[in-house]
Amino acid sequence: MSGLSTKRLMKELADIQSKGTPEGIILLSADSMEEWVFLISVLGEETIYKGETFALRMKFGNRYPIDVPEVTFLANEQYQPPLHPHVYSNGHICASILGNEWSPVLNAVAICITMQSMLASNKKKERPEGNDRYVRTAPSNPKLTRWHYDDDTV
Amino acid sequence: MSSDGDNDDFLYEDEYDDGFDQDEEIDIDSTSEPDVYDAMSPAIEEAPQKKPYDVSWKVKTLQEIIDMQNKEISKVQALLEVPSSSAAILLRHYVWNSEKLQEQFWNDPSQALEEAGLSPSSSPTARTTALPPSPTKRSNRSLRPGPSSLLKRTRSTQPTGPFECPICCMEYDYSSTYSMGCDHRFCKDCWIEYLSGKIKGEGESAKIQCMESGCKRIVREEVIDDLVTKDISKRYHNLLNAAFVADSPTLRWCPHPNCEYIIECSQAPTRMLNQLVPTVECKCGNDLCFGCGYAASHRPVLCRIVRLWEKKCADDSETANWLQANTKECSKCQSTIEKNGGCNHMTCKKCKYEFCWVCMGPWSEHGTSWYQCNRYDEKSGIDARDTQAKSRASLERYLHYFNRWANHEHSAKLDAEFYQKTEKKMEQMQNSGNLSWIEVQFAKQAVDAVIKARITLKWSYCMAFYLKRNNMTELFEDNQRDLERAVENLGYLLEQNISDTDSIAKLRQDITNQAAYVQKRHDILMDDTLRGYLERRWEFTVDT
Ligand SMILES: [Zn+2]
Ligand SMILES: [Zn+2]
Ligand SMILES: [Zn+2]
Ligand SMILES: [Zn+2]
Repeated sequence: MSGLSTKRLMKELADIQSKGTPEGIILLSADSMEEWVFLISVLGEETIYKGETFALRMKFGNRYPIDVPEVTFLANEQYQPPLHPHVYSNGHICASILGNEWSPVLNAVAICITMQSMLASNKKKERPEGNDRYVRTAPSNPKLTRWHYDDDTV
Repeated sequence: MSSDGDNDDFLYEDEYDDGFDQDEEIDIDSTSEPDVYDAMSPAIEEAPQKKPYDVSWKVKTLQEIIDMQNKEISKVQALLEVPSSSAAILLRHYVWNSEKLQEQFWNDPSQALEEAGLSPSSSPTARTTALPPSPTKRSNRSLRPGPSSLLKRTRSTQPTGPFECPICCMEYDYSSTYSMGCDHRFCKDCWIEYLSGKIKGEGESAKIQCMESGCKRIVREEVIDDLVTKDISKRYHNLLNAAFVADSPTLRWCPHPNCEYIIECSQAPTRMLNQLVPTVECKCGNDLCFGCGYAASHRPVLCRIVRLWEKKCADDSETANWLQANTKECSKCQSTIEKNGGCNHMTCKKCKYEFCWVCMGPWSEHGTSWYQCNRYDEKSGIDARDTQAKSRASLERYLHYFNRWANHEHSAKLDAEFYQKTEKKMEQMQNSGNLSWIEVQFAKQAVDAVIKARITLKWSYCMAFYLKRNNMTELFEDNQRDLERAVENLGYLLEQNISDTDSIAKLRQDITNQAAYVQKRHDILMDDTLRGYLERRWEFTVDT
């Protein structure tokens, strides 16, 4: 099944190139069919993230899209993960779409849109409870964390 | 038992037409080899009076568990007039509570079907070409992306021309695709990959949903069997059966390695576990606790107390390691002594000093005065003046009980050796003492009694650790001490060397008597403790 992810990602890439991405979402790099980086900003005047841009990295395994990709906000000199109650300071994200509600019909842009709307609906800039403890012990791959999705609406 | 009554209905229904199971329906006191009892002494045919703290149980095979489910499925299928795979999905959704299922179903059939993942209209996205806006799921609404035209799906309502699978983006003939009642069509390769991953990778079975985002449609058994490989289908059915057993409060897998039997017991629901210790015996020959799944008898201790104790022992494992060391020094000559038998009466090979392995005190004190080795002297703790002394006193108190618990645990590990040694002795007696095979069986029976009593004693120290200090507890510790002494004496007798025929006859008499006494003391401790729960006699320092 090694061809599964490649064919699908080529198609997603072709769609992005021909039709573009939704506003506020830019494909920064897609050098391989294994790792893409998108830039995400929240539109409008209402948002608490006005003027901020975040980098969302996706790593695709060869079972993508049956398996959910590994998705994190980049945390480096250039980009910082958004201050959000579901985003840890190491860039890990707790969102059901990246866990038990992932569906193979979703795609990279759909993940970006979800992240964008997750940021757009947030009113309070804060880290998740227990951020420090989690970051200290977290595996590098967030998919190995057993997330508990209590309230996705935040 | 009312809250479990619903389940009992179907789980017990087929008991009466199943003659094979009849002799499983016996109480704990006579579980072993009922056939032998019947053959040897017809008097025992009338089963002994069941003790109020004992439970009845049955041992089921996997096939019987499968039959149980099928029977229930066909009943629901006939009653609700739905296909059998729908009946199965409905039952699993309602956790095999068929009364509740029927109630909900007749109240609102389409809602019952939808909740279980069966209604064709359960997917809000079935008629759209957009990516997953999931309007019915309030909590996810803000998370869901809006309509996007990235991956247009060919509608299955137009089965002409090639079909492009929205997952792998390859073109297929319609015959190589599949969609459920929800009309979400994907290629069979993607279905296979998805289902195999769910079953093999994530161990899912009854709750595997449609691949479409937000669609709650459950994939039917026969669809899965049809698509995945034989191995994965087998694993899928194992998972379904495991879920059935796990969901049923009256069933439990035997925890012993390689055993595939399932125990059925309706008399030990969770809420009874503060007064019952439901030890049962599996057909594999091993005991287990039906209440908590502990892979041995932990009588007379309540499941919850066992859990607390195990956690405490794990937390204090460093102390435990230090204590579990199997060597000690002779307190007189300091030479190292290794414990290799079950008896606590030790004699230093070097200086002949006789002492007790548990408290290291001279054995003579144990022989003449009462055996004081079982009870922790709380008075020394009362004198504690500052907190440090208090915490030391509390550690010492724990160590006192743990030490005795671990000592019996350690002895139990030497069981095989104990049997071997005894067998050798039995041979010896047959050769030199002119005793027949049957005449030397007393030794094996004595070892059986010692081992059984040691397990009970081991747990009795866990119990004593959590008991409040009061008169009842003193009586408990008196019984414990009496059994401890009886076991020690019998262990000591069993370690004696045989010299001549006369001494064999005497030893045989002594061992037989002492073994009977151990059995008696054991039964007294067990019976009194287990009855004590029902009579609410025991007060613990923790919640039960
Ligand atoms: Zn496909
Ligand atoms: Zn569907
Ligand atoms: Zn078994
Ligand atoms: Zn138990």
